[in-house]
Amino acid sequence: MTRFSFPALVRKAIGADKDWPEQWAKPDPKSDYDVIIVGAGGHGLGAAYYLAKEHGITNVAVVEKGWLGGGNTARNTAIIRSNYLYEESAALYDHALGLWEGLSQDINYNVMFSQRGVLMLAHTVHDVQIFKRHIHANRLNGVDNEWLSPEQAKAFCPPLNISSSARYPVLGATLQRRGGVARHDAVAWAYARAAAARGVDILENCAVTGISRARDGQVRGVETTRGFIGAKKIAVSAAAHSSVIMDMAGVRVPIECFPLQALVSEPIEPAFPCVVLSNTVHAYISQSDKGELVIGAGTEQYVSYSQGGPLHSIEHTVSAICEMFPIFTRLRMLRNWGGTVDVTPDRSPILGKTPVPGLYLNGGWGTGGFKATPGAGHLLAWTIARDEPHPINAPFTLERFRTGRLIDEAAAAAVAH
Amino acid sequence: MLLIRCPYCEQDRAEVEFSYAGEAHIERPVDPSAFSDAEWEAFLFLRSNPRGTHFERWVHIHGCARHFNAVRDTVSDKFLMTYKAGKPRPTKREIEGAKK
Repeated sequence: MTRFSFPALVRKAIGADKDWPEQWAKPDPKSDYDVIIVGAGGHGLGAAYYLAKEHGITNVAVVEKGWLGGGNTARNTAIIRSNYLYEESAALYDHALGLWEGLSQDINYNVMFSQRGVLMLAHTVHDVQIFKRHIHANRLNGVDNEWLSPEQAKAFCPPLNISSSARYPVLGATLQRRGGVARHDAVAWAYARAAAARGVDILENCAVTGISRARDGQVRGVETTRGFIGAKKIAVSAAAHSSVIMDMAGVRVPIECFPLQALVSEPIEPAFPCVVLSNTVHAYISQSDKGELVIGAGTEQYVSYSQGGPLHSIEHTVSAICEMFPIFTRLRMLRNWGGTVDVTPDRSPILGKTPVPGLYLNGGWGTGGFKATPGAGHLLAWTIARDEPHPINAPFTLERFRTGRLIDEAAAAAVAH
Repeated sequence: MLLIRCPYCEQDRAEVEFSYAGEAHIERPVDPSAFSDAEWEAFLFLRSNPRGTHFERWVHIHGCARHFNAVRDTVSDKFLMTYKAGKPRPTKREIEGAKK
């Protein structure tokens, strides 16, 4: 692997960039691994990297039905923040945010992490009350978050319409300055490159069709479209297909899948300095480094794996954007797409062991998985390596839906569902 | 936008007239106090979430306002059939027949 650096870039540029080596190999499956991770998105690849780096487990395969980073890793709106309400969630998402801050240096890959600040708008008295409660809870948990008046919000984000004649006037906003965005594809590529350099096999176009278990119940490998692959430990990090894969092992999980659409505008000059989320009118928006405005809609109401949705949801979101930012009313939209979000009843993820020995689950991240990518990978690796959860992910069990110890973040999830 | 046939109005109407109401044929506990934690978990939280044929409830909220059941493919989003609330879960043959 060529280490990325300024001198390396210059050397390759002199050679007309002709001899860059491929960033990760495409090996054939071995018959046996120590650990198999199902799903080569950011979370799964991150887990493989941290298994190799922090736990010395390098005989690892990441199996992927399609291509690397082609699921929700490629389909989200790349927003990163950690201002969740409960202490369990604050610890989880802030752990991830801490890892984001050093990620580019750690894995020698520019993931374009930009802490440009995340503004969440309050449009009603109830919004104001609940957001102030969130700020107090965040501060008690050591997570930065502050209250801005409408004028302060406009100073931070000049395109914002704070006119009192707006249909839903802005009454204030919370600001997490450490929040921001990252280049989502680069995160998957970076982890893939760093994991492969440490000996991890990344097996694309290799769909899991079954999970094989020994007589004592312990997992012994996966059936795939490229043959049987053995392993004593299997981690499912398959986002929308979590429940499909877990069904193969006979484990029912409280996850339902819904479509979620997003869209980008034509590229424009830098005009939008931060990330803005609004629950009440329902829109979230930021500007990519290419200049496109990146806009997300709400989840569709019905269960679906279609990776698409109706136009009326997009129309709803775009009309909210035009109301909040009148300067964008004449902007043309370039393309739209859909992802499939795996939603749990309490809007918090499931990250830990399962009733099947040797089988681990990282799923149910719903609409907010991207922001947690390094944290989820790091904690999943810990859980696999030690066969016990890290204190941070210990509350995010599958059993909580039986015991009733839910972590209800329905209000902190910025996407309506 | 989905086109949904309301079995009461007997018309194909646009999705915006309807609200989704979750998976169908989930029975309420007859004797809740006798329910175990595992049974509560299954009743409240566990859903089939299939990649394929899904039985689900819809309500024609901006029409007759009545709940009914539907069979839909969750990959293509195509409705295979709809039927009135209280009717038993249709068999494979009935679903095949309705498609024609």
